[in-house]
Amino acid sequence: MNIVKSQPKSIIQDSTKYCPGCGHGIILRLIGEAIDELGIRERMILTAPVGCAVILYDYISCDVIECAHGRAPAVATALKRVHPDKFILLYQGDGDLAAIGTAEIVHAANRGENLSAIFVNNATYGMTGGQMAPTTLVGQKTTTSPFGRTIKGMGKPIRVCEMLSTLEETKYLERTSIHSVRNINKTKAAIRKIFQNQMNGIGFSMVEILSMCPVGWKVSPVEAVQFIEEQMLNYYPLGVYKNVE
Amino acid sequence: MADEKKTETQDKQMLMKGNEAVGEASIKAGCYCYFAYPITPQTETPEYLSKRMEEENRVFIQAESEVAAINMVFGASAAGVRVMTSSSSPGISLKQEGISYIAGAELPCVIVNVCRGGPGLGNIEASQADYFQSTRGGGHGDYRCIVLAPNSVQECYDMTLNAFDLADYYRMPVLIQSDGIIGQLVEPFQMHPYKPMFDKFPPKDWALTGCAGRKPNVVRTLYLNPANGLELLNRKLEQKYNKIKSELRWCETYNCDNADIIVIAYGASSRIAKSAIKKHNTNGTKIGMFRPKTLWPWPDVELVDIARKNKNVKFLVIEMSMGQMLEDVLLTLMDVVPKKNIYFYGMGGGWNPTPDSVYEKISEIMKK
Repeated sequence: MNIVKSQPKSIIQDSTKYCPGCGHGIILRLIGEAIDELGIRERMILTAPVGCAVILYDYISCDVIECAHGRAPAVATALKRVHPDKFILLYQGDGDLAAIGTAEIVHAANRGENLSAIFVNNATYGMTGGQMAPTTLVGQKTTTSPFGRTIKGMGKPIRVCEMLSTLEETKYLERTSIHSVRNINKTKAAIRKIFQNQMNGIGFSMVEILSMCPVGWKVSPVEAVQFIEEQMLNYYPLGVYKNVE
Repeated sequence: MADEKKTETQDKQMLMKGNEAVGEASIKAGCYCYFAYPITPQTETPEYLSKRMEEENRVFIQAESEVAAINMVFGASAAGVRVMTSSSSPGISLKQEGISYIAGAELPCVIVNVCRGGPGLGNIEASQADYFQSTRGGGHGDYRCIVLAPNSVQECYDMTLNAFDLADYYRMPVLIQSDGIIGQLVEPFQMHPYKPMFDKFPPKDWALTGCAGRKPNVVRTLYLNPANGLELLNRKLEQKYNKIKSELRWCETYNCDNADIIVIAYGASSRIAKSAIKKHNTNGTKIGMFRPKTLWPWPDVELVDIARKNKNVKFLVIEMSMGQMLEDVLLTLMDVVPKKNIYFYGMGGGWNPTPDSVYEKISEIMKK
């Protein structure tokens, strides 16, 4: 029998505490694969966000720092300035990056910090039970927008790749998704790319990943995949928003 | 080069602002990173260090906010280097989130608060109204910070050197509680070369340096299991704080033996009080002074000793706040001195008492 895939060495557990159909497990696995392939496990320092992914140190075998909600870009800035030869990965959700920590991500990007960022956009606050996020779609029902998000009074969902692309010191911005195998493979390539950019000293690089939150959305895992395909992709087009070599 | 080395081992007489002396001391103590956001009356420290850190090839970042600055401190400390930030009262309030995380993760760092009037935007004049915030934790959770209170440019320099050592030795944030007067004061001082306070420091084997050749390190403050996790951390922190209480109580006493009245004051108000005390003492009275140099841990044992030796002594607590340190004095002396023998004189407007007004206050108490 040919072994096509095996568990990456950087991944230290074969099962996660994540809900059925959640995207975090897939993304963490992709990070583990990329770390293995580039041989950078012993030079990695990961930032764990507040939210579901805070426990990423239970799954990835690297040095990790847990950051206050939204502050990871400031923490990572200091880590990179102290250890320019190490790989610093930002891992942030939409509440973390696009609400409470908007200032930190904008300014870290604007300073052109040589960091790799993964922004997980599942259009809701997963850990606290599915409240409205800055990325929640217009019309989307959440526990704090029970009648559906309206533009009046709640604003339109923030498109982070588009917003950050206006900053001249951002070097690579791509939006991907993990709702299909093809898109998972593209996401993997983007994660490799943001690591390689840091390796080559290119500067601030981020991949925004559209991800499923079936429990927060109160749908089945299959319906969650359909929600990305039918709803999120319309508002959040996939693709490379910036690529400065 | 040889000449330069020679000067580094000797004292130098210098003339600087308190805020600048803090900055130079951090350089001498090996502070590798400094992160801050401008705010009056502490801005001379970031201005001074923006130049000096560059000269020393170290890291200076003017952060986008105080919140970002303290989280940069969190990251740099976790990375294993000496790190400092400074701010003034409203900025320190913003930093409290990060200070709680730093205390929870048991990371060493130095935080300077050049206090101004509050609450709210208050004003930019000197104040001591952040005493509660500094000594009670300030942020969320069960934690303490070591708090050092300089009352001269010399002490701004010396206490900053000490602060880095104490932070590393006890693995916790150390606050320097300066104020607008001490920070802006220009006076000569001896620039001592840095000498570590301790023979040995605990190894920073917890630092994040990439996990080559060892198991991964995790710097964390989340403990989801209360019984096996957070309870243990808080018990451990409590033990550490009790150890510090027994090892680190700094104070200055002046003329306390057989004194009729002992003034209790720290920082700028202690300087003002001393002028008034000296004027009284030339008139044949006996006025003493007790000055805490560590606001946490509070030098309670030392004050009780003084009170026990002299049963009839009265105490006058002077603060540039509305009675915050007063609570520590009352707690310390509750079993030793009748409450009626403890007097209070405070100013809350971000303004300071004068030697004359303190002199009058002492005279009033003398008549009672």
